[in-house]
Amino acid sequence: MSASRIPADDSIAARLERAGVSRRHFITFCGKLMVVAPVGLAITNHLSPELVAAEIGKAKRPSVIWLQMQDCTGCTETLLRTSQPDLADLILNVISLDYHETVMAASGHDAELALQDAMKQNDGKYVVVVEGAIPTKDEGKYLYLAGRPGIDVLKEVTGRAAAVISMGSCASWGGVASTGENPTGSTGVISLIKNKPVVNLPGCPPNPYVLLATVLEYARTGKIPALDEQNRPKFAYDRLIHDHCPRRPHFDAGRFATQFGDDNHRAGYCLYKLGCKGPVTHAACSTRHFNEVVDAWPIGIGHPCVGCTEQGVVFTTPIHETVNIQRALPPDAYPPVWAEHKGISPIATGVAGIIGGALVGGGIIASRKLNDDVEKE
Amino acid sequence: MATDRRTLLKGFAAAAASMTVVSTPALARARKTAPADAVGLLYDATKCVGCKACVVACKENASLPADTRASKLYDAPEGLNETTKNVIQLAKSSEGQTSYVKKQCMHCVDPACVGACMLGALHKGKYGIVSWDASLCVGCRYCQMACAFNVPKFEWSKVAPKLVKCELCKDRLAEGKQPACTEVCPRKAVIFGQYDALLDEAHSRLKAAPNTYVQKVYGEKELGGTQVLYLSSIPFEDLGFRFNTDQPVPEVQQTVQHGIYKGFVGPIALYALLGAVMFRNRKKSTEGEHDAS
Amino acid sequence: MTQAKTPRVVPSAARDPLPAGDASPSPRLSMTPVGGPVLTRSFLVLVALAALAGLTIVWRFAAGLGATTALNDGYPWGLWIAFDVVTGTALACGGYAMALLVYIFNKGKYHPLIRPAILTSALGYSIAGFSVVIDIGRPWMAWKLPLFINHWNLNSALLEVALCIMAYCVVLYLELMPAILEKYKGHRIADALLPVFDKALIFIVALGMLLPTMHQSSLGSLMMLTGPRMHPLWFSPLLPLLFLIGCVMMGFAIVVFEATFSSKAFGHKPDTPMLRQLAKVSAWCSLLFVVIRFLDLSVRGNLAYAFGADKYAFMFWVEFFCFIAPVIILLTKTKHYSLGNIFRQAILLAVGGALYRFDAYLLAFQPGPGWYYFPSVPEIVVTVGLVAAEIAVYVFVVKKFPIVAAEPAH
Repeated sequence: MSASRIPADDSIAARLERAGVSRRHFITFCGKLMVVAPVGLAITNHLSPELVAAEIGKAKRPSVIWLQMQDCTGCTETLLRTSQPDLADLILNVISLDYHETVMAASGHDAELALQDAMKQNDGKYVVVVEGAIPTKDEGKYLYLAGRPGIDVLKEVTGRAAAVISMGSCASWGGVASTGENPTGSTGVISLIKNKPVVNLPGCPPNPYVLLATVLEYARTGKIPALDEQNRPKFAYDRLIHDHCPRRPHFDAGRFATQFGDDNHRAGYCLYKLGCKGPVTHAACSTRHFNEVVDAWPIGIGHPCVGCTEQGVVFTTPIHETVNIQRALPPDAYPPVWAEHKGISPIATGVAGIIGGALVGGGIIASRKLNDDVEKE
Repeated sequence: MATDRRTLLKGFAAAAASMTVVSTPALARARKTAPADAVGLLYDATKCVGCKACVVACKENASLPADTRASKLYDAPEGLNETTKNVIQLAKSSEGQTSYVKKQCMHCVDPACVGACMLGALHKGKYGIVSWDASLCVGCRYCQMACAFNVPKFEWSKVAPKLVKCELCKDRLAEGKQPACTEVCPRKAVIFGQYDALLDEAHSRLKAAPNTYVQKVYGEKELGGTQVLYLSSIPFEDLGFRFNTDQPVPEVQQTVQHGIYKGFVGPIALYALLGAVMFRNRKKSTEGEHDAS
Repeated sequence: MTQAKTPRVVPSAARDPLPAGDASPSPRLSMTPVGGPVLTRSFLVLVALAALAGLTIVWRFAAGLGATTALNDGYPWGLWIAFDVVTGTALACGGYAMALLVYIFNKGKYHPLIRPAILTSALGYSIAGFSVVIDIGRPWMAWKLPLFINHWNLNSALLEVALCIMAYCVVLYLELMPAILEKYKGHRIADALLPVFDKALIFIVALGMLLPTMHQSSLGSLMMLTGPRMHPLWFSPLLPLLFLIGCVMMGFAIVVFEATFSSKAFGHKPDTPMLRQLAKVSAWCSLLFVVIRFLDLSVRGNLAYAFGADKYAFMFWVEFFCFIAPVIILLTKTKHYSLGNIFRQAILLAVGGALYRFDAYLLAFQPGPGWYYFPSVPEIVVTVGLVAAEIAVYVFVVKKFPIVAAEPAH
């Protein structure tokens, strides 16, 4: 409840204190960060949430400029639609959301000024979070922001940023806007922005704590977390849903739901046969659920994962079509000491019988013929 | 008819002679012992929990594919096969007790497969490990006929097949590591070590818990001894170990064969005899013709 | 149908580098090509079967053993080994058996049967060798067997069998060369080579008797390595001896079979008394075999297995019947049996010997519960086709080259 000293400057701890955010909420928030990133991040590399709170408390609030392109605002909702009322306050005091078209008060020309000011004040230091895909066809005609093509806005804003985070599948690789014929030429940020470090956080939407952990890590250490070959942070995207799924024991034991609402479905068995894309989807959802409610995630409520982070899976493969297991492992069952192997083909025995019979018959007939001939001897 | 009887008696005499040669006990070959640098495994079935971490570790280490024939969802081999060098099976005794059993190559002290292999593709090498050399194998599968533990498996599904069996991770041993299976075992149910040390450990376990274990270390003497030793709470036969004899598998065959072919003396002598008889017969008949004419 | 050339009767000394001892009452017949058209209907049927086998063999190499055979890890050796190699070579021991009879036991009157027997042997061993090549999984390594001497595992009975069979194939064709070269008498090369073969014949023929003694007995030794996995009714340290006696028995039986079959097919007069004698020799071998087998089983205490109520005991007695019926029929002096009967007994002896080998390699082998084997249709097609090919080539060679020595049937 008390800080040893109240820092005079703009550190996160100071701001939270001044904003009157309850320290218990902050500690809980830090605990959730530890669940999101148990390994792989410097800020959560501690043994208790209190120590994480102390770590984060020292950081300066990072300036975040949030751009919305061809989006549905779901990624914003995931950040702000929390189940605990104070959390919105907390989040807005942990990061400095200097420009966000959905939540900011300004509009019209004032909004444009706000963007320019934010960029100027934190020149070279702000983090751009992009939500939504960017249409590229016909010189980007299909998305205009304040009278300019989205591409141009993106290039200008990211041009002076320290880092770019693509929030959601749309910004990461084009998302739903890019499915099918992709009439607007939608694409992710990383195909357009080559001069800045880009972190992809695919998901539809992704878990907001992944975003927060990434941003706070950058704010505290100045470094972006370790990324995989698709520029996704490894701490959240290095495992398949299948590998961490709470229903995995049912999969291993061969217990599957076969129809929505059947007994097995009600018993909470594995949803593989209903088309779960868990075995081919890298995401954090198995252990990090949504809305601060345990089991508030697709599989938890009984619907198979649709693979919303993976390009080529979501919006492309039918939701209820089963996938191949990439790395098959032994099941719960055991082979016996003497297993039954393939039996004997009845066709082969038949053929052999016919041939054998023919030979025996032939032999008898031939020898009889000889008998007849030689009796004359 | 008289000549046929003579022929028959000659035949019987030859048969009797060969029988005595073959059954001479003095030609029996000496029994082998484990080499001085022998390593091995000790598998204690009472400690195994059937987690199959060893199965997964073996597959990953040897880059073997999953056996998804039974169900495309799982790697579920029915036993050792062309994609599986190590497997955990569930054994049941006649009294209804169950036990897990790990199966892999036994690395016998006197391996039947090594005795079978024509060019020595299967050979007993460093540390007494029985390993396979692809460059000397013609795929005759005599080793599969020979092995009493049904261990060597053949890549039937491949056009260019190889022989598949555990080689005690000899590459890892060369790097100073343990075999993959013993490294991952969470209960130390299977452990790796010097053969003598493992045998001592096995005996001390038997003594320490006489009511838990069947009082035998399987592999100490069976079939001439194996470098992979087993401890169990249910009869070894129920674990799939069919044979209790001490006699090494190759003993009878090699005793007989060496008795016949030792130093190649027999064949050479027989060749000389055949040639001499033919020569004498030819001389006899040409003389006979000269007489007749 | 067939037009045989009139056989010439020739004084023996001028004819044969290895003349026979016993004076024979009938004039010595010379060997001449049987002649006649090759492409008869039955020949074309045989060729068709062989062609079918050929296509199947191509498939075996394209798709692998697992896709075409029923072989598995429990039964790695199947029809191609048990029949084509083990039984096939024994059925091809006619050359061996006849060479023993003619050249060692000095029974010259059987000499006319040597060449056809050698031809059958050469073809039979070729089929066996070919079957090995299609059975082994890595045949592109096979060339290393005779050459990688420093890698030879002298404990391996299979190595001995393989090398011996390779050598014996060569020897058989060498033994056959005089017949081939005689056709081209008058040509420079043939005239130059024939005397060479005459001189070398003792060495070649002696080798042709040593080698089968070695590898036919070793075929028995092969199964000894299965040790505890072989049923006690068949496992024995005397397996090499039993296989050797068996192959001599089968060799004689096959000569009787083949001589009778030839005479019918080509319209010759079969020498029934001679064939009767051969069948009797075969029957004596069979008696010897049965005696040793029973003695061996009783001495080692395994005779009780013959009275179990299972398939092992059943097949044991089936084998016994095939061995003992010809003995009773041929060796009890009640009457002179007709050629037809002799033919049937010869078949029984050959079948008995074959059955013994099949049982030793397939039935007696016990890999454990849950393993099964029965040859697949492609395996059967290949075996049947290879035998058909062998018969077709035999007929062709016999018609074109001086192999058979016989009078035409009246």
